[in-house]
Amino acid sequence: MKRINTPLTKSEIERLKVGEEILLSGIIYTARDQVHKRLVEAINKNKKTPIDLKGQIIYYCGPTPAPRGKIIGSCGPTTSSRMDEFTPALLKKGVLAMIGKGRRFGQVIQAIKKYKAVYFLTYAGCGALLSKYVKKNESVAYKDLGPEAIYKLEVRDFPLIVGIDTRGRSIYD
Amino acid sequence: MKVISANKIKDVISGLCIRANLVLRKDVLSGLKAAYSKETKRRAKDILKAIINNADIARREKLAICQDTGLPVVFLEIGQDVKIIGDLRRAVNKGVEEGYRRGYLRNSIISNPLSRSRPGYSPVVIHTEIVRGNKLKIIVLPKGFGCENKTQLKMFNPTAKISEIEKFIVDLVESAGPDACPPYIVGVGIGGTADYAMFLAKKALLKPVTRRFSKLEADLLRKINKLNIGPMGLGGETTCLGVNIETYPTHIAGLPVAVNISCHALRSAAKTL
Repeated sequence: MKRINTPLTKSEIERLKVGEEILLSGIIYTARDQVHKRLVEAINKNKKTPIDLKGQIIYYCGPTPAPRGKIIGSCGPTTSSRMDEFTPALLKKGVLAMIGKGRRFGQVIQAIKKYKAVYFLTYAGCGALLSKYVKKNESVAYKDLGPEAIYKLEVRDFPLIVGIDTRGRSIYD
Repeated sequence: MKVISANKIKDVISGLCIRANLVLRKDVLSGLKAAYSKETKRRAKDILKAIINNADIARREKLAICQDTGLPVVFLEIGQDVKIIGDLRRAVNKGVEEGYRRGYLRNSIISNPLSRSRPGYSPVVIHTEIVRGNKLKIIVLPKGFGCENKTQLKMFNPTAKISEIEKFIVDLVESAGPDACPPYIVGVGIGGTADYAMFLAKKALLKPVTRRFSKLEADLLRKINKLNIGPMGLGGETTCLGVNIETYPTHIAGLPVAVNISCHALRSAAKTL
């Protein structure tokens, strides 16, 4: 299976084809509903975002707390479409890839094409299994949001399927 | 008359929260295994294998099956000859809090649905039913919200045909599509009032998944599995593991039908005192 590492390059991303299975290693950041709302509010007010979004991979995930002796708890993907209204603004700021589950709607596919980004799927409802691929976990911003805070995760061979590629082709079409 | 202390109920609920979230229900697991051996598409088979593997890791390593440890719905079937000493509502919420903390489960409940404050562990949703006898049955169903968001209710005319009801249910599953973690378990409540039909749909998820009780359940399951949504919505014969229907008498002027979908991680645990 194809392996890719962060930071992702534009040319690497453009070679990814819809439906392709990938193993990802490197850094990803969790962000879900409330973080998306706050990031876009910050962007709209021309304020600095707490992490530099350029070149990053966003994982739609709110993990369970790490049990004693473990790096992270259960950490599978949440439904991506709830992030749709915020996604174009983040892609414009340089986010290169997103990981989640399910379809994307609205302007998201157009924005993915425009900014040459990619949308990955990962095993839905398999948070215990996915925790095995997380090697480091650190809460880095919006800590008041608890499980919805931004966590910086270092992953190794994290299993992905290309859901929408840079040409806007979707696995669900 | 049987006397049960609220404190005892708290402890039982704490344990049930952990068991429900860490150990996948046997009927759900055997449904997944049966689907795995039946599936012919490689990708669908791979995903089902990952789901079964996930349940195994969760149980062995005491990790939540899914990071969405849900909004715990607590069903209390209270025998009319049971006397509870202490604050029952408080005991339920405290039990959930304790269990969720002890089991490293996620705090997903916000106290104000509009202002979206910092998430906590309670209050949970409690359904009580008065039954005959001197026993108390406690069931905890942690309901994930990816699938809860797909819930619908339709008030049919009393003259509606069965085929119209079937279409409503199948269309709803089709519109949920890949987003709510298929393969699904579909809970259906038919009859009562609007709110009671919703309750029945939720309660239907407690019935064994792989056993068909009625022709309507079997017909719906067959039709839903022809949608080719499949595991993770990437195609396959396994879109639904089971359709469970609960019915109740209703009014001459109406026919409420509620549908409450569950993701493949349908979790619940029960204990009778």
